[in-house]
Amino acid sequence: MTSITPAQAELISPAEVEDVELYHPKTWVTKYVFSQDAKVIAIQYSCTAIGIGLVALVLSWLIRLQLGFPDSFDFISPSDYYQFITMHGMIMVIYLLTALFLGGFGNYLIPLMVGARDMVFPYVNMLSYWIYLLAVLVLVASWFVPGGPTGAGWTLYPPQAILSGTPGSDAGIILMLVSLALFIIGFTMGGLNYVTTVLQARTRGMTLMRMPLTIWGIFTATVLALLAFPALFVAAVMMTLDSMLGTSFFMPSIVEMNEYLEYGGGSPILFQHLFWFFGHPEVYIVALPAFGIVSDLLSVHSRRHIFGYRMMVWAIVGIGALSFVVWAHHMYVSGMNPWFGFFFATTTLIIAVPTAIKVYNWTLTLWHGNIRLTLPMLFALAFIVTFLNGGITGLFLGNVVVDVPLSDTMFVVAHFHMVMGVAPILVIFGAIYHWFPLITGRMMNQAMGQFHFWVTFIGAYVIFLPIHYLGFLGVPRRYFEMGDTSFIPESVASLNAFVTVAALIVGFAQLVFMYNLFWSASKGKVAERNPWQATTLEWQTPEMPPAHGNFGETLPVVYRWAYEYGAPGYDEDFVPQNQPPIGASAETGGDGVPDGAAQPAK
Amino acid sequence: MVVVIVLVLVTIGTVLFHFLAPTIGWWWTPIASNWGFIDTTIIITFWVTGAVFVAVLGFMAYCVYRFRYQKGRRSAYKPEDNKLELWLTGLTALGVVVMLTPGLFVWNQFITVPEDADEFEVMAQQWQWSYRFPGEDGILGTTSPRFIDDDNPFGVNPNDANGQDDILIDDSELHLPLDRPVKVLLRSIDVLHNFSVPQFRAKMDMVPGTVTYYWLTPIRAGTFDALCFELCGVGHHAMRGTVVVETESEFEAWLGEYSTFAQSMARAGNGAEKVLNLVSREVEATSVEKKSAQ
Amino acid sequence: MSIFRALMEKPWMVEGVIDDVYGVDHKSLPTAKFGLRVFLVVATVVFSLIVVTYFERMLVPDWRALQIPLVLWPNTALLILSSIALQWARVSADRGRLDGVKSGLLLGGVFAFAFLVGQLLAWRQLIDLGYFVATNPANAFFYLITALHGLHLLGGLVAWARTSAKVRRGVALDRLRLSVELCAIYWHFLLVIWLILFGLLWFT
Repeated sequence: MTSITPAQAELISPAEVEDVELYHPKTWVTKYVFSQDAKVIAIQYSCTAIGIGLVALVLSWLIRLQLGFPDSFDFISPSDYYQFITMHGMIMVIYLLTALFLGGFGNYLIPLMVGARDMVFPYVNMLSYWIYLLAVLVLVASWFVPGGPTGAGWTLYPPQAILSGTPGSDAGIILMLVSLALFIIGFTMGGLNYVTTVLQARTRGMTLMRMPLTIWGIFTATVLALLAFPALFVAAVMMTLDSMLGTSFFMPSIVEMNEYLEYGGGSPILFQHLFWFFGHPEVYIVALPAFGIVSDLLSVHSRRHIFGYRMMVWAIVGIGALSFVVWAHHMYVSGMNPWFGFFFATTTLIIAVPTAIKVYNWTLTLWHGNIRLTLPMLFALAFIVTFLNGGITGLFLGNVVVDVPLSDTMFVVAHFHMVMGVAPILVIFGAIYHWFPLITGRMMNQAMGQFHFWVTFIGAYVIFLPIHYLGFLGVPRRYFEMGDTSFIPESVASLNAFVTVAALIVGFAQLVFMYNLFWSASKGKVAERNPWQATTLEWQTPEMPPAHGNFGETLPVVYRWAYEYGAPGYDEDFVPQNQPPIGASAETGGDGVPDGAAQPAK
Repeated sequence: MVVVIVLVLVTIGTVLFHFLAPTIGWWWTPIASNWGFIDTTIIITFWVTGAVFVAVLGFMAYCVYRFRYQKGRRSAYKPEDNKLELWLTGLTALGVVVMLTPGLFVWNQFITVPEDADEFEVMAQQWQWSYRFPGEDGILGTTSPRFIDDDNPFGVNPNDANGQDDILIDDSELHLPLDRPVKVLLRSIDVLHNFSVPQFRAKMDMVPGTVTYYWLTPIRAGTFDALCFELCGVGHHAMRGTVVVETESEFEAWLGEYSTFAQSMARAGNGAEKVLNLVSREVEATSVEKKSAQ
Repeated sequence: MSIFRALMEKPWMVEGVIDDVYGVDHKSLPTAKFGLRVFLVVATVVFSLIVVTYFERMLVPDWRALQIPLVLWPNTALLILSSIALQWARVSADRGRLDGVKSGLLLGGVFAFAFLVGQLLAWRQLIDLGYFVATNPANAFFYLITALHGLHLLGGLVAWARTSAKVRRGVALDRLRLSVELCAIYWHFLLVIWLILFGLLWFT
């Protein structure tokens, strides 16, 4: 390690962090309800997302009951089933994962980890949450309109989505599209905050390359979301017009149930392009924050710096950029120009390289570490297993010709559940166990946590691994029931029953987790300061949980990167980012030139 | 220690499952078309990715065991290793090339229809299949949703000479001749559908407003299930068909049982008034056809 | 490029307070201005996607060219005037002339309102001619484009109203300058977008 060169030092301005004008709540309502504090907004976002996520969990049970025991549940009709899968998918992808990672973790962690007092536009940030809540309520409302919610599949492909052969094709689909449009508007407000806060409100010394990977992940995902959601917005507006006013943006001339409809000339494939131009980056909007968070969990709990930090940052940025040129790999068999297949297969497999590098670097972080198998660490390890598995099956589906027999089969279902369902959710759990002491001041219960981890990890793995093989067999996805076929062996029925039972057990474990959340928040063991001995700023606040304004009187000054674990020359095996270098005075005086202990460069 | 054992078990279990699943039939159906190359590409992908899977998880289990927590131990400080990372990047890129190259070659075959392939059409609507063969002239007549009515359920253009001898099969059972390449033209009149037989491996969405296609050569006689592989509404799961692959002579005999478009229109009593009506509709329809041709 | 140099930095090599050695921080830029820029990027993506889908839709043979209401010409002139007025307010704010700010803001708002009324007139004309939103695809795009643009301008008018309220409350010019500048930037952006969209409608 070296101290900085004099040439660089000349560029250093006085060590003062400009303080921002902070909004101060005056009443209980402005403090906890219409709060402008990012931490409160984060918790509001998280609770709403988890609440609607529980609805998606129950829907998944109903889906599995139907698939596992096709003739036993009379109360599930085909319409219900298609509504269940649609709402399950939409809630999980948008209203749970996107909202929780960006609105929840983003709001809580960005200001704390970059050393800011709050988001830069607190009022807009508050609006963001309330519009998100409105979007969720509109979504929920679609259960209570005639015809129920839409059953068009979460991809909402026209013409199907707005024709009468699909459940919820009148009011349901409109409410879905309105809810999405609201979500996007709300998200854009939040997204402006996240991006601007990261770029403009970092504390002194927090250079881009000193940011924890969590921030890199959330930041890049937000940029992706800001650029990708407009495509969904445009598609949603156009489909609303098609549905309500009879325009033909996506509607060709159609005969529906022997009746000629007054549409013509529109292109269903155009919708798919718009949808996936959003939809593929969306995968990374969920994955990149997970990548970032898991990097930090692995580093903290194996007491070792992240391996290849620069490579990890470049990979996040590179994957983010590439994610905009791979969207049509969701459309290999959509009937688009087949020549696109060559381009999109190539870009898709290229994206595997930076992704693989990330996996290697995670495992190399463990190498020569001092691994503490805490709960967050267990979830991080489980993430690597499931993400590796799901990433690998992505190479099948990305390779255009291999996708042909596998597309729209259960293989696809197994793939995306493993890679963007199970894997990110394991990270969410790991992150909650990790940051719960920071948020509440108490540790989560170990015993319940261990139970939750093992059931969830092993359960999810044995649920989704065999489903891939149903896909090979040719079992289609989105089937209410398989009925009689000549190519599906009897044993598949037992497999489906087994998967259903496993899913119910895993689902039950999530209820244990919910109970643990509530129980530990009030009765958990009181956490000591910085219980994981982490280096990042959120653990260095004067109070824990951090108070309004995060950092007390003065903002922290950052002296090093976020991964100083096991660094030679220090007594402790970790050095917080804001701990002054050995030999330097704690306060940084006017000249601000640090006087760090010069050590041989590594 | 439990974690290490579980990691090892997950790795071994996954590999074992992969090799054992085919013995109880959880594996692809025996192929019945010329697309064996697709299966080969899948096998190549399995070997490449399987090696990575075992290597990474094995290494992870080793690390969790070897570097488990010991009080007072410090982790090694080595923020990056460019040589190692370059090697890993290179190897991964090599693996990608090994998988992608055969994939693209086979895709090129998949989208290049042989000249001698016989055309026929699958028409989809909620929630049934029907089929149309080109008849004597070997050319399918043009169609438009605007021509569809009770007498003309296929929407064949009544003024197109090529369409008069088209053989219409208003039934979910399709017969195909063995060992003859066929180009399957795919048309939908309402929503997206996807006509596919798992044993054939080929698949393509049908998109209203345009005609899509794939081609294949059936290489095994038998009766196969055709399913819809694109969510098409509440009857999606019930949209079934049957494909019978048989010798050329059996196929010809089957095809001979069905009537042509001209015959069916004549049967329906094609009055002069009706023709006029259809001609006026044709004007609008031609523009739609141009789109389909793209 | 400084951003690339920043990303090449080996953060573990340097300990101590470093500020942004490579100049990638734009902290000199007011936060609100930066935030507005991010928003403009998002809005640009929305309008670009509409232009792309417009071109895509034009390829279909049932496309008929649009009957453009002539009122769009005076409307365009109004929007240009509105932009000029706000620019005037911005320059006046920089030079510390409060009366200039006041009249610039007022005129800008009035012209913007007039533009929106004019756009509604254009809709009225089309409807009178029997061109409804579903009559043909070009009309559908026309209504969609003008509605989206109009909504963006309405959003701008909210910001404008807040700024005007500040002026009326007698907030010091120093604290007004940024708000006026942001309004002006947003107006110029919407003007450019409108000129592009109008050009698109006119030439196709």
